[in-house]
Amino acid sequence: MTEALPTLWFVLIAVLWAGYLFLEGFDLGVGMLMKLMARNDTQRRVLLNTVGPVWDGNEVWLVTAVGAMFAAFPHWYASLLSALYLPFLLVLLGLIFRAVAFEWRGKRDSDAWRTRWDWAIAVGSFTAAAGIGAALALTTTGLPLDADGNRVGGALAWATAPALLGAAAVVLFCLVHAAAFIALKTEGGVRGQAERLFRRLLPVAMLPFLGWALLVQVDSGSTLTWLAVVLAVAALAASYRSAAGGRDGRAFAALGVGMLALVGSIFTAVFPVVLPSTLDGAFHLTVQNASSSPYTLGLMSIVACFGLPLVLAYQAWTYWVFRRRVSEASIPKAHPVVAL
Amino acid sequence: MEALEIARWQFGITTVYHFLMVPLTIGLGLLVALMQTAWHRTGKEHYLRMTKFWGKLFLINFIMGVATGLVQEFQFGMAWSEYSRFVGDVFGAPLAMEALLAFFVESTFLGLWIFGWNRLPRLIHLLSLWAAVLASVFSAYFILVANSWMQHPVGVEMVDGRPVMVDAWAVFTNNTALVAFPHTLFGALAVAGAFLLGISWYHLWRRRHDGLDILAADGTLTVGDPAGARDAVDHRVWLRSARAGAVVAMIAFAGTGITGDLQGKLMFDQQPMKMAAAEAACHDGTGFSILSVGNLGAQSCDDITAVIEVPGVLSFLANGDFTTEVKGVNTLLPEYQEKYGTTLPDDAMYGERAGTEIDYLPVMEVTYWGFRIMIGFGAIAAAAAGAALWVLRRGTVPESRWLMRLAVFGILAPFGANAAGWIFTEMGRQPFVVAPNPDFSGVDSVFMFTAAAVSPGVTVAELILSLVALTTVYAVLLVVEVKLLFTYVRGGTASAMPELAHSDDDSAPGAGGKDDGDVLAFAY
Repeated sequence: MTEALPTLWFVLIAVLWAGYLFLEGFDLGVGMLMKLMARNDTQRRVLLNTVGPVWDGNEVWLVTAVGAMFAAFPHWYASLLSALYLPFLLVLLGLIFRAVAFEWRGKRDSDAWRTRWDWAIAVGSFTAAAGIGAALALTTTGLPLDADGNRVGGALAWATAPALLGAAAVVLFCLVHAAAFIALKTEGGVRGQAERLFRRLLPVAMLPFLGWALLVQVDSGSTLTWLAVVLAVAALAASYRSAAGGRDGRAFAALGVGMLALVGSIFTAVFPVVLPSTLDGAFHLTVQNASSSPYTLGLMSIVACFGLPLVLAYQAWTYWVFRRRVSEASIPKAHPVVAL
Repeated sequence: MEALEIARWQFGITTVYHFLMVPLTIGLGLLVALMQTAWHRTGKEHYLRMTKFWGKLFLINFIMGVATGLVQEFQFGMAWSEYSRFVGDVFGAPLAMEALLAFFVESTFLGLWIFGWNRLPRLIHLLSLWAAVLASVFSAYFILVANSWMQHPVGVEMVDGRPVMVDAWAVFTNNTALVAFPHTLFGALAVAGAFLLGISWYHLWRRRHDGLDILAADGTLTVGDPAGARDAVDHRVWLRSARAGAVVAMIAFAGTGITGDLQGKLMFDQQPMKMAAAEAACHDGTGFSILSVGNLGAQSCDDITAVIEVPGVLSFLANGDFTTEVKGVNTLLPEYQEKYGTTLPDDAMYGERAGTEIDYLPVMEVTYWGFRIMIGFGAIAAAAAGAALWVLRRGTVPESRWLMRLAVFGILAPFGANAAGWIFTEMGRQPFVVAPNPDFSGVDSVFMFTAAAVSPGVTVAELILSLVALTTVYAVLLVVEVKLLFTYVRGGTASAMPELAHSDDDSAPGAGGKDDGDVLAFAY
């Protein structure tokens, strides 16, 4: 039983990352589309309010994924975050700007003010998505780590083709995922734009993600993981067909399944390695040598076993409460805050 | 500068900054939840306006706490990877639990509260706020469990040179955490109390200044009642808020005093050097220094003289009596050297510091003054709150512009006390990042020197870049936040309730119930 705990936690952390990509994926994408798709302020506010009540809860999936890595695999957490110091700094700065921009953008009735925060949301979402993508790709393809798990080769030793591929994969996934989400959550002109954007983006936007999955499969794939890739491709095709048929819900769900299958194939293929060293196979961090004690993992398992279903339940309920589509007509007028 | 120093500055700056937002979030959140509860139970208009107005300020601040909190969770791994590897088995668990059990609830239910006006049933809407606010309190508990383990490691065994958790109950009921938790909550309430009092004072003053409220020579108050946002209900909003703030501030100070005393007594046992340094107490004795002169920064005890000293008080702080001698720095130094070594081990993890002498004395200027600023600012805020409560008996505040400014500036005092307290306790723990628990001994002794904690692979350039980037961004955002808060404060309740600004518009969404149209009651 205790031998299975590190594996269980590897699965749980993969689930947390997948959950993060699925949920925050669309709100990061919505953030970028604030600048790329919306044509006027009302449209930007429509986009913003599709994720308004939920983005902060989505972001906690990141906090939990990283916290769980710290608790369950301290060596993975320590090596990955210190090796990727600059990418994570960019992620943090992006998330900081994005968070305050969401909350503050509407708090002052001025075009210059709004434009500034729109940029903060768009650029912040982009850097966060790119940084997370690079980090996830690198933890599956490897970093130059020495025997102690410390980075060799300086501040930019991580800047390799897989990093770029991962960044592109997550950024483009967020964009296409957001287009599907907006089509599902809005009415009127914005919805039509999102539907068209989705059909245009989907055939190309998932290619880097697929490339990342294939890169890992070629190295360490098994029949099971190759099957997952095939399933993913089928789901993406189904997503396109649904969108072409005007079925927004199915298109969104099938894209989600496609992404989850790719993430599943990637994490299953690399198992039991959590962070390979590109210098020497003996330096790989694995679920065994990077994990916490069975006692800590057991304690965390109990907590997760009752905590995670609860999170899923009340977050699902939140989405149900705010299930109504947002349209330009449902956006209230901006109101100026005037000193007495 | 070396990596270690830069990483420490970064941790200090980002943490103190984060803790400007956190106590206001926790304290004000609790008060706003109480206001909405009062509105829910009585249906009185002024409670609704209080909820909306203070709730808006709460949200402007809340988001900064969220944003800067992210940095905290990441920088252990980024800048302190050796620390993370060493403590991960026991320290990661409370952080992960904080995210899973508290932060999720906080973020999700706050979203429901912000966007749920007029959409959720009133009771569910109120309960959403309570869920979010109580989760932020839980959050504080988990974080303090983690921090307290650094102050007083318990519940672990050393396996292969690293502490491994063997008793979760001991970790989560660490006596250090159990007193730090209420101490921190009272500290948060002190911040919220002063915040309510200062801002309400401004509005009561404005109402007099603008000739709305008139105080006759015989002390009778005539409350102005023009149509719109500044009617008689408005007066009640500020008076209730001011009085509540003053009472909360005083209770909070008493609470911090009692819990702080308990904390002090523990700390004299757990980290005697921290307390000796807090006192600049070089020699064993019983007296509490009111003022010590000499060069505290010289890190030497020889030229420090206590000018004013109250005999017996130090013994009381440490032991609850007036006679037991408390060990001074000169007695403790050899004890520490004997137990934990005179030089850093010859280990690669210490880099160039390996083999150098260990300075067990924390920076005394910081501990001595940090301790006094914490208590002093807290006491000043509480005394001012008491005086304010007395002044408010007439139902308004004096016309003096200076007093109003003082009340607004007074908001800063408990913020200062909170920051000073944290700086004191964290820097007083040095040179350890995990302080040794005196109850453990021998080869199994669990402790870690800060010098060993920094990430070995991270370059000085990366650290400088992040220090500069984070500090700059934080500074800019602080300015923006404060300006935004000022704007909303100046706008009064109408800034949070636009429907009050145009009172002729009766169709504006008001006090709740089901929504009547397609337009969202609230949207970003």
